[in-house]
Amino acid sequence: MKVSLSWLNDYTPIDKESYNSIADSLTMVGLEVDSVTDRYDYLDSVVVGRILNIKAHPNAEKLKVCEVDIGSRVIRVVCGAPNIYEDMVAPTALQGTRFPEGYVLEKGRIRNELSEGMLCSEAELGLGADRSGVMILDQKQLTGNKLSKALELSDMVFEIDLTPNRPDCLSIIGIAREIAAFQQTTIKYPETSLSDAGDKISDLTSITIKAPDLCPRYSARLVFDIKIAPSPFWLQDRLMSVGLRPINNIVDITNFVLMETGQPLHAFDFDRLSDHRIVVRQAKKGETFITLDKKEHLLTPDMLMICDGEKPVALAGIMGGHNSEVTESTSRVFIESAYFTPVGIRKTSKKLGISSESSHRFERGVDPEGIITALNRAAQLMSELSGGGLIEGVIDKYSKINNAGPITLNVGHTNRLLGTSFDQDEIKNLLESIEFNVEKTGSDELAVVPPSFRVDIARPVDLMEEVARLSGYNNIPTTYPLIPAEARQPEKQLGLRNSLKKVMTGFGFTEIINYSFINRLYCDSLRLESADQRRNMVDILNPLTEDQAVMRTSLIPGLLETIHRNIARQIKTLKLFEVGKIYIGRGKDNLPEEIEMLSGIWTGFCTNASWYSKEIGCDFFDIKGVVEGLLNRIKIDRIKFTCMPDNLCTYTRPGHTAQILQEKKLIGLTGEIHPQVLSNFDLKQAAFIFELDLKAISDLIPETIRSKPIPKFPSISRDITIIIDKDLESSKLPETIRKFGEELIENLYLFDVFEGDTIPQNKKSISLRITYRSKHKTLEDDEVNYIHKNITDRLLKEFDALLPT
Amino acid sequence: MERTIEQIYEEAFKEIKSATDSESIKALSIRYLGRKGIITHFLRNISNLPLEKRPEVGKRANEVKKSLDTAFKHALKHLETKSLQKDYRIDVSLPGRTIQQGSLHPITQITWQICEIFKKIGFDIAEGPEVETDHYNFEALNIPKNHPARDMQDTFYISDNIVLRTHTSSIQVRIMEKLTPPVRIIAPGKVYRCDSDLTHTPMFHQVEGLMVDEGISFGDLKGILTTFIHHIFDKKTSIRFRPSFFPFTEPSAEVDILCVMCRGKGCRVCSHTGWLEVIGAGMVHPAVFENVGYDTTRYTGLAFGMGVERIAMLKYGIDDIRKFFENDLRFLGQF
Repeated sequence: MKVSLSWLNDYTPIDKESYNSIADSLTMVGLEVDSVTDRYDYLDSVVVGRILNIKAHPNAEKLKVCEVDIGSRVIRVVCGAPNIYEDMVAPTALQGTRFPEGYVLEKGRIRNELSEGMLCSEAELGLGADRSGVMILDQKQLTGNKLSKALELSDMVFEIDLTPNRPDCLSIIGIAREIAAFQQTTIKYPETSLSDAGDKISDLTSITIKAPDLCPRYSARLVFDIKIAPSPFWLQDRLMSVGLRPINNIVDITNFVLMETGQPLHAFDFDRLSDHRIVVRQAKKGETFITLDKKEHLLTPDMLMICDGEKPVALAGIMGGHNSEVTESTSRVFIESAYFTPVGIRKTSKKLGISSESSHRFERGVDPEGIITALNRAAQLMSELSGGGLIEGVIDKYSKINNAGPITLNVGHTNRLLGTSFDQDEIKNLLESIEFNVEKTGSDELAVVPPSFRVDIARPVDLMEEVARLSGYNNIPTTYPLIPAEARQPEKQLGLRNSLKKVMTGFGFTEIINYSFINRLYCDSLRLESADQRRNMVDILNPLTEDQAVMRTSLIPGLLETIHRNIARQIKTLKLFEVGKIYIGRGKDNLPEEIEMLSGIWTGFCTNASWYSKEIGCDFFDIKGVVEGLLNRIKIDRIKFTCMPDNLCTYTRPGHTAQILQEKKLIGLTGEIHPQVLSNFDLKQAAFIFELDLKAISDLIPETIRSKPIPKFPSISRDITIIIDKDLESSKLPETIRKFGEELIENLYLFDVFEGDTIPQNKKSISLRITYRSKHKTLEDDEVNYIHKNITDRLLKEFDALLPT
Repeated sequence: MERTIEQIYEEAFKEIKSATDSESIKALSIRYLGRKGIITHFLRNISNLPLEKRPEVGKRANEVKKSLDTAFKHALKHLETKSLQKDYRIDVSLPGRTIQQGSLHPITQITWQICEIFKKIGFDIAEGPEVETDHYNFEALNIPKNHPARDMQDTFYISDNIVLRTHTSSIQVRIMEKLTPPVRIIAPGKVYRCDSDLTHTPMFHQVEGLMVDEGISFGDLKGILTTFIHHIFDKKTSIRFRPSFFPFTEPSAEVDILCVMCRGKGCRVCSHTGWLEVIGAGMVHPAVFENVGYDTTRYTGLAFGMGVERIAMLKYGIDDIRKFFENDLRFLGQF
């Protein structure tokens, strides 16, 4: 909403100099001023010039070439105005000037003669109606002075960002009312001297409302014998001050009253209305309508139409029709002023995608009691400014809009909610300053009737807000609630997420955050099978781009995209992770399953080239090590990595992917990205990933940690090397040993794998180191040798294995 | 008796002095003090001396033995030190084997900071779904269908009744349905609006706060948010509360801080107003309480919400919100 101080000054006294403090005060009562600009800023490059001499234009009879002194220098200006003379002082626009009518002045040649500026008429400068010749300035004006300074032109315009609850402020008077309240000045409403008496209008036209729910009030007046012409300058100036372009007297008047009062009006050409009457009804199925912007719309029965005797002539409250609009030849005008139900207007406006100054106000709620005032204001202006004759009488079809009684406001409740200590009178005065009708009822209560334009006020709390707002939020004492120091249990998954993030950064991984939406085609890029649940994507009905059209069902595409983007920027070693949700669709009417995942990716080197080492590329065991370290850190044990069946993960390389199991439960996977997937993401270097289901992990974390005693007796280690089938997963050996249940085994790990000449084909040798320890004594060599031999024998038998020769 | 103890003593010292490496010192130590060493031998032979001389010579010989022992140890240390000084030296200016840490996304860091402050004040953390029903995101928050307030947020729709949550406020009703007052929660998370430019991304992060109890006032809202802002920015940050509108709070407020870039003089970041909007807040609207069956005569509540990116941008001086989601390591590595 734009308001100019000059216009506001018509209704309440405005001190033009203190525009900054007015803007601040408006912001502080809830009408946020977004910007403050001078509406004459466009005159910045228009200066006072003096014509030094005038010569005929060599190539054009009607044009003259002038030399104009603009203070700092003399410029050449080609001019066609009839009224110029030597020594004339006139406004001279220099290049770059943007005229109110839209034209931007550029330096150029006119009929082959250089023209560095333009001598302007009042109308061209938006300073008057006269366009017959160049504007003549006082001889005493100093050349080179800015025109705005010379003529003392300054009018500040506020751009106010209104919240949707304040339709009453979508007007100059509305804003003036708020200013008057905090300035404690009076407000002067425009006066109309029309009489409502007489009823000649009923002989000429009629109004029938067939949908009173959507249109509780519809009123009209007729003005005959008008002459369509440009508006007087003062009216044009008012409209231009808030950025509206003048069109003709009738349209300008409806716009003027709309801006002034906030009540949208519509002027029909009375002679284009069939049967000279109006019917307000809902659209018929399949009916079409052409709005005045010449666009055709298909209507549905929930839309409210203003019709004449046979057809729709306006989309109620939104836009008039092409078939009934005022034209150059209009001489009789039907003025509509109505109240349309907000929800109906909004539905239609949304459905048809049309938003107008009118619909913006109707869908927020206009003042149901302001309808006649606005109608009279417009009718009077039309008869005054267009030479027309007003037809006696008003038609006002009004099926009462429900008028709730007074709201009871309890002073104590108000103070309790706000943390204030107002007394009854203070609250009464505050509310009365914005035209609320307040009666004291009892010692602690007020009966409040809000003015009809405050359609947002319905409950006591609405009044409390007014009290807070008017007294100033910053004047409300700042207090601190008492909060008990309770023991509270943090959510497990939340804590887990945070510690995993910390561990990951400790491991050298950087956290990234990708958008939750991706391109649907990523399912194919990942080679997901048709039955894969990750193809159950959640579609966004109104995505911004195809790349953000569905909710992701995997974090992997985001990770791959991110490494691609960084590799393109020459960062080739990347260790990244993301913690975020994936969304698995469960049908159109259900919320999707949101699964929180932790995924990591490693590409490039594991060790960079340095003075102590050659560069070493990262591989499967680097990323697996990360997962092991991570799970170990959060005390999840008994984790098993086993080969991922090829059909279960299509985006990783067969035989280079492990599923991560805890007691047969799948909690994630780790592996190398499938070469085809790499190429689908335009990647040329290998990448290794892991994925973990956070919820699954969270369930595995032990509730508490129990400390164990530190061993008192020394341990003894023994190695074992056996030769087994090459295809056997080596983790089977430690698993099997564990299963033997030998109590003295404290630790065991695999420390060597060997394949080659000394080993039979299709075999490999595996070396394990077992640490034995007793809790009760120092173990003897013999004792350990015996157990170790026993374990070795059992292993050989179990795996049909050999000892190395 | 060939030599006196004093002669032996002198000789030993000469030899210690002329020794150049620790091996010869060790050899000397054995030659003098070993089991078959000179001093040992001398001591053993004291019994051959006249009875009256024995105590004196014996005492002196023991002193010499002790003194030599010390001398050998001393010499050994000295030579070791000397040889280390001459030893092979490393170039300590070579780069170390750095253990490279990764970094947390700035949004995570700021979210943690925000949560930490509210946890200290006594709030718990809660979370909710990002794909949300129209009911929790709008209706239950007093934003009916076809209300102009819906224009305040550009919504991504999944279906007529399912949306991507446009604010973390959607969690308010879910929480209140589960808990009876007192309620003190903050809810961080991702939110979505279909908007994309220098200051808007279609996904961003918010932290929602909700506190419901008997006697919670607008003054308390001011207190809690002032405390928060003084923690997250600094204690000198000027704050103002100004009226605004959210359908689910009343009175509603915007909380502005004096522009951190220009200190209130007016600049591009604050659109020349000198102030920056950082938090939307207010007292929970009775209609919201009615929707969850809370007794509006007994309880009042305060609620607030803030954009994490916005705070991160102000704290770190970031001018383009899209940088947070481009995941350029040259950007992320700075935090």
